[in-house]
Amino acid sequence: MITLSGVRLERGGRLVLSGIELALSERRIGIIGANGSGKSSFARLLNGLLVPTQGSVTVEGLDTGKEAKAVRRKVGFVFQNPDNQVVYPTVGEDLAFGLKGRGLARPEITAKVEATLERFGLSGFGDRLVHELSGGERQMVALAGVLILEPQWLVLDEPTTLLDRRNTRTMMAAVEALEQNVVLVTHDLSLVETCDRVLVFGEGRIVADAAPREAIATYLRLVS
Amino acid sequence: MIAGLYRAGDSVLHRMGAGAKIAALAFAGTLVLTLTSLWLAGGFLGIVLALYGIAGFGPRLVLAQLRPVAFLLAILFAAQIWLAGPADAVLVVIRFAALILAAGLVTLTTRTADLVSAIERALSPFARLGLDAGRVSLAISLAIRFIPAVGQITAEVREAQSARGRRPSPLTLVVPVIVRLLKMADEIAEAIDARS
Ligand SMILES: Nc1ncnc2c1ncn2[C@@H]1O[C@H](COP(=O)(O)OP(=O)(O)OP(=O)(O)O)[C@@H](O)[C@H]1O
Ligand SMILES: [Mg+2]
Repeated sequence: MITLSGVRLERGGRLVLSGIELALSERRIGIIGANGSGKSSFARLLNGLLVPTQGSVTVEGLDTGKEAKAVRRKVGFVFQNPDNQVVYPTVGEDLAFGLKGRGLARPEITAKVEATLERFGLSGFGDRLVHELSGGERQMVALAGVLILEPQWLVLDEPTTLLDRRNTRTMMAAVEALEQNVVLVTHDLSLVETCDRVLVFGEGRIVADAAPREAIATYLRLVS
Repeated sequence: MIAGLYRAGDSVLHRMGAGAKIAALAFAGTLVLTLTSLWLAGGFLGIVLALYGIAGFGPRLVLAQLRPVAFLLAILFAAQIWLAGPADAVLVVIRFAALILAAGLVTLTTRTADLVSAIERALSPFARLGLDAGRVSLAISLAIRFIPAVGQITAEVREAQSARGRRPSPLTLVVPVIVRLLKMADEIAEAIDARS
């Protein structure tokens, strides 16, 4: 469960989010809204990359401001641009990155990396150079690099924006199969159709919080 | 070094320990600077080239190592001709090229992780002085990972400027490239933060 109470967020002196009162526990939560409406800022609140100016955000009872480190372990985050998420030169090394910080032994890390590569259809990619992969492959590596840490929640901020339709489908199939709770920010309305709950953002506020069909209708009315 | 990221393989050089390779490189690097005979320097270059063969790398990879520094080599060559004459110019260029190739060979045959952990081990005595080897190794890995990205960003900015009818020059490139690099650094920092 992630709860936000009385949340107000300012960035660079500008009001970005206000009046947010939420309890999130659904398995699949979609977030839609116009450019600049505050979706990315909201997503960053969920794992403590941003902390609210007023109010509080808690993840499984942990305050994101006070227990940032524990919160990061519970909430994985996938960004839009895979280029800037994959930090090691080769795929295998990148997957090992987060694990090293957790003090795992080397053989354990190797085994986990192998298993994760296979799970995400990346078998044989361990030694491949990241900068020689396609965008879709790279984003898959970014996703694998986050999920290898076994977070309880996964937040994705426009993870398919730079992908073609085929890679979007592959990526979403991988996400769909996860047991994690997922929060997905996207401009692709078709991706939120199967969500359990959809939040619509408008100018820093939540203007709809409903089932997909109703939420999408609200959004379309808003932007037309 | 720039094109010289790890290429998987099974040669003697691939299997050799990272620490040994770095030590050999340091030794060879010192040695080559003391060679004042054109023939000896040429011989050294020959040995390095032979090692590329042993590692299973062809001439294309050799050229790929030199391409990023070709401009520098040319300037060096011209300056040396002017300062010290053609024989010395050739010697300097051969030494420099051999050194670049030898360093490239180390990065080509060693996984970054191994290279980095060898450096980490070498730095571990300094941990008592407050040096965080993990941070140093992450920094080195990031540098290796993002060097190709810098080239790519420069190419994109250059293209965008040409597309709008401007002839890109170092002067028009530097600001947009730096701005993009800073933005990229910001996003990378955020992603690392989210994963640690
Ligand atoms: N680093 C920042 N500093 C100051 N203001 C920012 C910063 N990042 C975003 N903003 C502002 O916060 C507001 C919300 O931005 P945010 O990125 O959360 O929107 P978004 O809904 O994700 O938009 P998009 O659909 O374009 O990704 C915008 O007005 C934006 O200008
Ligand atoms: Mg956004």
